[in-house]
This record gives sequence, structure tokens and C-alpha cells, in this order.
Amino acid sequence: MRSVPSMTEPRPDPDVLLKRISAEATRERRAKLKIFFGFAPGVGKTYRMLQVARELVDQKADVVVGAVETHGRYDTGALTLGLEILPKKRLEHRGKQLEELDLDAALARKPKLLLLDELAHTNAPGSRHSKRWQDVVELLDAGIDVYTTLNVQHVESLNDVVAQITGVQVRETVPDSILERADEVELVDIAPEELLTRLKEGKVYLPDQIARAVSGFFQRGNLLALRELALRRTAERVDVDVLAWREQQGVARTWPANERVMVCVGPAPASARLIRAGRRMAAGLRAPWSAVWVESLAPARMSQADRTRLEQHLKLAESLGAQVVRLAGTSVADALLQHARKANVTRMLVGKPTHSRLWDRLRGSLLDEVVRGSGDIDVHVISGDEDRRPDAARTQPAEPEKAPASAWVGGAVLPVVTTGVALGIRLLLPVPDLEMLYLLAVIFTAVRFGRGPAILAAALSVAAYDFFFVPPSHTFAVADARYLLTFVMMFGVGLVAGTLAARIRRQEREAVAREERTGALYALSRELAITASELEAAASTARHIATSFDAPAVVLLKYGGPLAPAAAWPIGTTLDAAELAVAQWVAEHGRPAGLGTDTLPGAKAVCAPLKTPSGPIGVVALLLAPKPALSAEQRGMLETLAAQAASALERVHLAADAEAASLRAKTEELRSSLLSAVSHDLRTPLAAITGAATTLKDASAPLPEAERSELIGSIVDEAERLERLVGNLLDMTRLESGALEPKREWVPLEELVGSALNRLEAKLAGRPVKVSLAAGLPLLKVDPLLMEQVLINLLENAAKYTPALSPIDIDARVVEDRVVVDVADRGPGIPQGASERVFEKFYRGPSRGVSGAGLGLPICKGIVEAHGGTIVALDRDGGGAVFRVALPVPKEQP
Amino acid sequence: MTAGPVVLLVEDEPEMRRFIRASLGAHGYRLVEATTAEEGVLLARSHNPEVVLLDLGLPDADGLQVTAKLREWSKVPIIVLSARGREEDKVKALDAGADDYLTKPFGVNELLARMRVALRHAAQPATEPKLTFGDLELDLEKRVVLRGGVEVHLTPIEYRLLAYLAQHAGKVLTHRQILSEVWGPGAAHHTHYVRVHLAELRKKIEADPARPKLILTEPGVGYRLREG
Repeated sequence: MRSVPSMTEPRPDPDVLLKRISAEATRERRAKLKIFFGFAPGVGKTYRMLQVARELVDQKADVVVGAVETHGRYDTGALTLGLEILPKKRLEHRGKQLEELDLDAALARKPKLLLLDELAHTNAPGSRHSKRWQDVVELLDAGIDVYTTLNVQHVESLNDVVAQITGVQVRETVPDSILERADEVELVDIAPEELLTRLKEGKVYLPDQIARAVSGFFQRGNLLALRELALRRTAERVDVDVLAWREQQGVARTWPANERVMVCVGPAPASARLIRAGRRMAAGLRAPWSAVWVESLAPARMSQADRTRLEQHLKLAESLGAQVVRLAGTSVADALLQHARKANVTRMLVGKPTHSRLWDRLRGSLLDEVVRGSGDIDVHVISGDEDRRPDAARTQPAEPEKAPASAWVGGAVLPVVTTGVALGIRLLLPVPDLEMLYLLAVIFTAVRFGRGPAILAAALSVAAYDFFFVPPSHTFAVADARYLLTFVMMFGVGLVAGTLAARIRRQEREAVAREERTGALYALSRELAITASELEAAASTARHIATSFDAPAVVLLKYGGPLAPAAAWPIGTTLDAAELAVAQWVAEHGRPAGLGTDTLPGAKAVCAPLKTPSGPIGVVALLLAPKPALSAEQRGMLETLAAQAASALERVHLAADAEAASLRAKTEELRSSLLSAVSHDLRTPLAAITGAATTLKDASAPLPEAERSELIGSIVDEAERLERLVGNLLDMTRLESGALEPKREWVPLEELVGSALNRLEAKLAGRPVKVSLAAGLPLLKVDPLLMEQVLINLLENAAKYTPALSPIDIDARVVEDRVVVDVADRGPGIPQGASERVFEKFYRGPSRGVSGAGLGLPICKGIVEAHGGTIVALDRDGGGAVFRVALPVPKEQP
Repeated sequence: MTAGPVVLLVEDEPEMRRFIRASLGAHGYRLVEATTAEEGVLLARSHNPEVVLLDLGLPDADGLQVTAKLREWSKVPIIVLSARGREEDKVKALDAGADDYLTKPFGVNELLARMRVALRHAAQPATEPKLTFGDLELDLEKRVVLRGGVEVHLTPIEYRLLAYLAQHAGKVLTHRQILSEVWGPGAAHHTHYVRVHLAELRKKIEADPARPKLILTEPGVGYRLREG
């Protein structure tokens, strides 16, 4: 009986399920990557891939061959027959014709499935990406399924393991992340014996590197090891799939605790190995991992070669899926441990030291410090082993900084001067310790000119002191052995002081550089903080980046629409088609590209994305050429500035959004007040009409004639009122929607006044209306219908708010370059402080019993302003209100 | 009663038809009703009406086309019915040959008055040499205008303007019609000529030119000389 599931039975966590579903949904939308995975060349990956593809073609699938190397093998070649083959792109490089996958053609053709052999292939120079796997990523992003082939030795994290087994270092590697991204990995496997037979029969095509080392590579033992490696790698994947499935099904907990792996990276070549080991450990633990580099604030100098290698290591770590962290601190161990604690790291990987114990004694051992301070963090020490590749850069001492010639002159002159002074002093009074004077000179030289000149000064000082002051004088011979100690001291002081001074100066320089960087960042962020528009922010960004790197910069944005230049510095800088293409690529992929990067390195510009949490919103293009590419540090700086700009742009954008939203809210508010006003004003006349009409219709109670006609009169009146209201509403709507375009004609004001008075004849009945138009008024260039509406509304307004039979005056004259028309009444005047508000929509004067939606005056204002005129409400002398319309008079009358 | 004039009403709104049917019937007109432009043209041919009331907003074609079609073979007076704010349509219809217009909503008295004017113009084109409007007398033969018995001196243009309006008294005339009649067909765009000269004319013949009683402005359309 299993009617009710037991409460103790593990149930799938809804969050996990949800994640799973969304991942599956993404996977469904996302293009699929299938990798045919083998342990060595010749196992039949390409053959198998084509076989599978043919089956799909037979099922009418849209399959295109992007790049498949058949190496002239008949059986493989036969399989490509009848498949659509994408023409290759021809590139010329140093006189050689090279053929490459035509990525743009593939993207344009957009087949369902593209076959692309050799995932680890390195593209010919001039291609968009330097590696084929980058092409694959782009194809997948474009929604094209890709089948590809890969050998185990090309997997980044297995690279050095393979090298250890076979003795062949493979340079073409594929990051593990792409292997993980693969939706399916099919192992293509044959027995090593069979592979060896095929090799003997010449059925295996070998890439150059392996061909050279063929005897080493294709040994039975090696093949067995590689095969095991390939099988294990595939099994690991299967494992992951199974685990995911188990998780989905709610089968127990999969992992005991959240592990975090941290690899301590340095410039030493062994660090690469350490990184791969870290990646393997992290993959094995299914844990996130990070690669951490601490820039020591202590003086140990780094050579340019070291710096380059360090950047390579960090890049490698990134490509292997590590989070790269750069720290700075006086104590490397402290910085590492502090970060490890903060990031909840459970395991740290540190390289095994290669230097002697003596070194540790002298400078302190990083490993010791880390282990001692690690607490509950496991520290794994990985052999930072022998370096098989001789590394020239490493054996070279860090290049000393060059002192200028003047420094050397200073170093030479100072001891001479000192000697002169010392001789002078000795003439005056016998001072015993004149060597102190030399010491002063040496220290001064060290501080002022650096280590080299200091050593020179020390040497010269020793010589001069010996020659002039050490008996026997005027010879270099030394009678008293004590003086030898003095010489050593002088040398030592020169060396130490020089080193210290150089160190201080370098730190100072670094501090200045850092200061400049933070300064640039600070200046940009301060300026961005006060920008109110996207264009302003883009302009600041372009200017700051251009001045920071001393090269023209262009900011391109793509909110909603296509990517378009938004700002440039110097103003007027433009991008040509090639650089625009780079920018476009960056905007689509959110990764830097262009000069000095892996993608489109041939471009004249380097482009960094403006990334926000919702994706790239634009690109900063820095037109470096003909300057050299940016250093890794500078590129980091560019990306930091770009990130800063992106968040500012996002902020401005969101602010604009918020403004639009508040405007919408206001409009909404207005609409609801309109609704309430309108519903009242529409319903009142409707109610009167309905009431009167139904009374008349009621045949059961015949009405006396007088009442009948009264009711009929009210129907007519109310209908008129309704008509006016609807007219006003329509006018207002037209005004607000901007659809109101005055159709200007030359009109005498007189005609407008006359027509308006005629229209209101009934309403103004019995009122004295005095019209006084100044003689010789010019013609107005206005829309006669609209301007008449203004007069009608003003007159109606006057009639509505003033006692019946009180007079209304219309008065017009020319004041400067305007015709001023006053509509004046003797009513209660404008309510206190409401001279502005009377022109607001739905504002109604305080008089009781006055009907209307409060639209008449706003309509007047709208119309008058559309004609370039003004309208104001004023108190009239002697009581009442004046509405004054001033309209511009065209300079040229017709 | 059955011998009254035949009126063709082309209107798609049933409520409008009902109200017009009731009021016209009570005043002895015989009403023929059409709800589409096509039907309207057909009924105009078969019933030969004396007045056509034409709604400008028909479902199948605009009233302008109906006007043009009717004018191909008939001089029947056409009164156009349209809503406020569509002045351009009215002007177009009038220029295309319609005789008058009424802005919806309109009262039945207004409608009857316009129909009377239209019928009268159709019956007897203004050929009388002497016309009288209130205290204004116009002798078309002698080209003399008297106001309260006193001769008013008009410029030739003002005279032609007044004469044209007077001959079509009660009927609306568009700016374009007045221009081509008084100034000739070349001046059709200079509507301010009409306005300026009309203002001058008003000063000479109206008691209060700012509140004209004789020559009325039809906003956005043209002018009309008030009858009687």
C-alpha cells in the first residue's frame, strides 16, 4: 500500500527543481554541442561524426559541413559525398594561401547543424578568432548546433598530464568549460592494438607535432594511459549527468558540504601546473574555484617577462573557469588567508617551493606562513616542479632600473668634491674621522641618484680616502688593516642605502601610477555621478578614456536599437566599418575584442563592453593604432573604466525609465480626474434629457402644454450643453496629443470677434458687449477656427462667472510687436492666487452652480501658445477679471 | 400633403434617419432613405429628388464622391451633413458642388430653413434686378446699393462681393467660390483678399461691423448672406 507518501521520504527541493527546469529550458533554446571524443588521432572520430550526420541528413535534417579534414582517406571522404559543404575562406598569410572556416558565411547560412572537425584547431592569422573553439562558441550563441571532434590531449586541464605520459607537449588546447558546455560527449574508442595496426597501414594522419614524436607517442603503454584518461574524462561527465539526475529526483544529498578551492598563483612557470591541478580538484569536488594573485607591496621586483607570464596564468585560470582575484598586500600570506576566510575557501593550493632553505631563512617562507595561519583550511602543496622548458626570462635577474647619465656624473663628482672639502678641513684642523664625510657623500648619492651611482661613489670614495688620507698617503697601499674594514663599511653603506633608496623611489613611482589610476577612475566616477543624460555620461566616458590612454575613444550605445556611436573624444572621431564590426561583436558577446586580444586582434581599435547585469549596453572603442596594444594592466584599467561607465549609464537609463514611469503615473492621475469630471459633467445633462424625455413619453399622465414645452426646452438646452462639453473634450484631446496644427491664414481680428459674438448670440442675450478695436489693426496670421474658439471660450467663461446682464468688454490694440486682445468683465474677478491655476485642466472657479469641466481656459492657453502667443488672467481695475491674449504680429503683412 | 417635395436622405445612422423622417414628414416632405453611398446614387436616379441630404461619413464611400457623382448629371440641391471639426470636408464638398451644409448636431428648424433656401434657389435662379435685405437695397441693373435709402459707395470689388453674396442669399459660399467669382479663377489661394475686402464691406453696410447681422461668417468655411 502506497497511498500516502511518507514524510521522511526525500522529496525534490522545489528550488532545485525550478533551477533544473530553467536550465532545461535554456538548454532547449540553446544550440546543442556534441563532441566526438577520442584518445588519439586515428581512432575514427571524424568518420563517426560524418556517420551520425549522414543519418540525420537521411532524416531531412539541415546539415552543413563547415570544416572536415578527411586527410585523403577514402572511406571518410566518401561519407562527405552528398553533404552540403560550406566553401572555405581563403586567407593569405606571408605569401601562403591558407583555408579556414568561413565563420560569417556559416552564420549567414545558419544551418540547423554544422560539422566542424578538430575543435582544438588554431585559426590562421587574420581570422576573427584565434581558436576554432571560439568560433564554435559564437556559432552556438547564434543558435547553430555544432558537431565537433576532440582528442584527450587537447583538453586544457589534462594537457600536462598527457605531456607527462607521452613526453609530447601539445600547444593547442581547448578550455574545459567548452567540454562542460557540450550537451553530449560521445567517446569514439578502439583498442590500442587496432590503432597501432591502422598506424602501420598508414591509415592514420598525424599532425606535425605528433608525427615528429611518433615513436614516443604511439607506444602501447602510452595509448593505454591516454585511453584510460579519455574514458575517465567521459565517465566524469556521465557521472555529472547522473548526479544531476539524482538531484532532480531528490535522491539524498549529493555533496557533503560546499567546497571552495583557491589556487595561489604567481609568475613562476610552475603556476600553470598548479592552476590545472586546482581545476582538476575543483572539478572532482564539483566546487567553485578561484585563482588568487597577491601583488606584494614589498619591494621584490617583477620583470616584464614575469608580468607577462603572470597574466598568462591568470588568463589560463579564467579560461578554465576560475574566478580570478587580484589582491595587494604587504604580506602575501596574510592577504591570501584573509581572502580565503572571506570567500569561505575550504582548500588552498600552494606551489611547493623550489628555492633553498637558506632563502626561506632569509626572507621567510610563504608556505610556512600560509600553513601556520591556515586554521581549518586545508592547504595542498603541489609540486612546483622542475621546469622542463628552459625559461630564459626566469634565469635573468630582474632588470635593474637604468640611472640616467647625469646620475652617474653626480656619483663620480661627489667623491671628488668630498675629497676637496676633506682636504680643506684637514688643513684647518686635524679631524680624525674624515671617512664619515665620504659616507655622507655615498648616502647622499644613493638617495639622490640610485644604486648604481651610489656604488660608483662608494668605490671612488674608497679610492680617494685611501689615496689621500690613509697612510701611507698618496699611494693606494694600506698600512693599517683597520682601514680595510672602513672600506668594506663604505661599500656596504653605499649598497644598502642605494638599494633602499631605489626601493623607496620605485614604491613612490608605483604609488603615483596607482594614484593616477584611482585618480582617473575617481574623476570619471565623480563626473558620471552628476550626469543626467545618457549622452552626457557617454561623452564623459569617451573623454576620460581618451585622455587616460592618450588615444581617440568612441562610446557606442545600443539601448533597444542597434549599436550606434553616442559620443567620441576628440569630438568627431569616427569608426570605420572594420572597427564597427569589432564593436558590434563586443556588444553582442560582452567580451573585449580587437587589438591585442584573442578576438579580431588585427583591428586598429580595442573594444571593451559596457556590461550591466542585464547584458552589454554598449561598447567603448579605443583607437590605439598605430600605438602598440595595451598591456594587461592597462586593459584591466580600460575594463574597469568601462564597467564604471556602464553602471553610470545604466543608472541614468533607469532614472529616465523612472521618470517616464512617474510621468505615466501623473498621466494616469490626470486621466482619472478627467474621468471623474467628465463622468459628472456628461451624466448631468444626460440625466436631465432622459428624465424629460421619459416624462414626455409617459402617455398615462398627459401633461399640460406649458410643462410639456418646458421639458422640451430643457432637453434642447441640456443637449446643447452636452455638445459643448464633448467639443471641449475633443479639442483638449487634440491639443494634448499634439495633433493640433494651426492652419494659419491671414485674418482680420474683427471677423474673428464678429463670428464669435454671433455664435454666442443666444448666450449673451441682453448683455451689453462693448467692442472697441483700435483702428488699423494689422491682419493676424492665425488659424481662424481655433482663434475664434479662444474668443468663444473667453466670452463663455465671462458669461458663466459673472451676473446676468453685467457688461463684457472686448478691447484690442497693438502693443509693440503684438496684438493684445482683452476680454474683460465685471464679475467677481480671479480667485485669490488662482491666476495661474485657472488655466489648469479641470480647475473650476469657486462660484456655485456653474457647470463645465474646467477645460475652456486650458484650451485657450493651448491654442494661444500653439500660435506663439501668451494668455494671462488679471484683476480688472474697478473689479472684475481681464483675460489678456497677446498674439505676435508677422513683420510682413500680405 | 403627399404632393410635397421629394427629399433623398443618404445617412447610415438609424437614429438620425428616424428624427429627420419624423420632422420632414410632419412638414409635408416625401422622404426617400438610403443607408449607403451606392444606394443613394441609385435612388437619386430612380426617384429624381428635389433636395438631397447627404451625410459625409458613409460606410462605403465618402460624401464627396457621392456629390461628384450626382453632379455628373443632376443639379439637384445637395445639403451636406457633417460633424464639427470636419470643416475641410465641408469646404471640399461645397467646392465639389454641394449647395449647403449643416453641422451635426443641428436643430430641425435649421434643417428646414436650409432646405427652403435650397428649394427656392433651385426653382428660380436669382435674376430679379432688385434685392432687399432689411434696410439694404441692391439694384443689380443699376449697380446701386442703398442703405436706409442713402446710397452706399462701394469699390468695384466690394460691389461684386456683395452682389455675388446677395444673389446666393441664404446659401453658404466658400472662400474659393467667392475668390474665383469676384477675382477670377487665378486668385483661388488668396483667401485674405476676401477677408480684408469683406471687412471693409461690412463697415459700409453693417450697423455694427463687429457684430455683423447681414453677412455672417461661417467659421472655417466661408460666408453667408442672411436672407430676409
